[in-house]
Amino acid sequence: MVTSSSDRENVYFASDQVACFRGGRTVFVGVTFSINSGGAVLVKGPNGIGKSTMLRILAGLMRPIYGTLKWHDHKTHVEPEIHFKRIHYVGHHDPVKPALTVIENVSFWASLHGTRDHVQSALEEFDIAHLADVPARFLSAGQKRKVNLTRILTAPTRLWLLDEPTTGLDAATVAKFEQCMAAHRNSGGMIILSTHTPLDLPEAQVLNLSDYQPEAAAHDNLY
Amino acid sequence: MTTFIEIVRRDLRLSMRHGMDTIMVVMFFVLVILLLPLGVGPEPTVLARISGGMIWVSALLASMLSVERLFQTDYEDGSLELLVIQPFMLELTVTAKVISHWLITGLPLLIIAPLLAGMLHTGKDGFAALLLTLAVGTPLLSLIGSIGAALILGARQGSILLSLLVLPLYIPILIFGVSAVDAAIHGLPWRLPVLILGSLLIGLAPFSVWATAAALRETMRR
Repeated sequence: MVTSSSDRENVYFASDQVACFRGGRTVFVGVTFSINSGGAVLVKGPNGIGKSTMLRILAGLMRPIYGTLKWHDHKTHVEPEIHFKRIHYVGHHDPVKPALTVIENVSFWASLHGTRDHVQSALEEFDIAHLADVPARFLSAGQKRKVNLTRILTAPTRLWLLDEPTTGLDAATVAKFEQCMAAHRNSGGMIILSTHTPLDLPEAQVLNLSDYQPEAAAHDNLY
Repeated sequence: MTTFIEIVRRDLRLSMRHGMDTIMVVMFFVLVILLLPLGVGPEPTVLARISGGMIWVSALLASMLSVERLFQTDYEDGSLELLVIQPFMLELTVTAKVISHWLITGLPLLIIAPLLAGMLHTGKDGFAALLLTLAVGTPLLSLIGSIGAALILGARQGSILLSLLVLPLYIPILIFGVSAVDAAIHGLPWRLPVLILGSLLIGLAPFSVWATAAALRETMRR
């Protein structure tokens, strides 16, 4: 893959002592990791440990009760719009409007990121180009997920935050998506993802949230 | 600016494809007004006297019914959390959505109102005042309604909560709207209430947009 030198510029994203308090309990404390261009972090842990919450914090949807996120030396919450420009977030829902066609759905999100040039090629990437003019209400759950993943290919961003991205996908599409992730990392992108199915993510750091559970004593110290 | 237009266009397109929002609001509006002569009797003098108030109250309720869905579907399918983390100000998105809400529900009310005013014998003096106050007042209803719509996201019994939150805030709009129409029907000057409505619109527009955006951000943090 050919990349320009500016794409290659090294970036650095770090979570420093991040803690989250939600629903009357401390979900995790002291989550610290850093990630460079081309890197990947695999967020692990049993159900309910706070993987989705962690990804929402990294996306800027939620604020940590303690700790900071840094992009180089800039705290991301100071100018959230700049952080939002760097990320793509895939959550549990597929934001696909049943009344709009596949291409209308993808084009809308692409246009919010300022470009529609890659819509067609992104659709072809996931083999849904033939569905372009089909209203999304006729899509299966897996196809809706493909449309959602197509969305993140239409506009280049540095950091992908993926919360169980391969839910409902068939093996061929999962393999395709692994290639997309590898290409993204090769061009200097970063990926932070949580998954319960095995995904090929070479040299990924593992962030096990079980290691950051608050102990009873730590609980008292925090408050 | 292009993103702004994109969001308006998407909401209008969604509304066109479903088609229900506009029809529901207009049908509600017309039906309430149609019931009125059945309730108070058909005398033209009585109807003319209460027509301004009735049209305003129905418009207000119709707007409130539809504003509930302003963010609801986007919230349920995850579009809203993506809209919150787009690389531009959330206030812009909110403004676009409020404008589309007005185009989908407020504008049709404005178009159908003259017909209903004719049915209720409002008379030509009251007619102009009614149209003008509705033109200024319905965007205000959408703006204030959007705050409520953002606050009730994720709540059970949201529609009841919405009316409790929003109806008290609608009271000034109703008072000035109706007083302008009444004054016009009685041949009195009605400029002042319209000017007050206009200044409310100018003053509340930025505040409502800001408050709605803040409520949406807060929703995402829960």
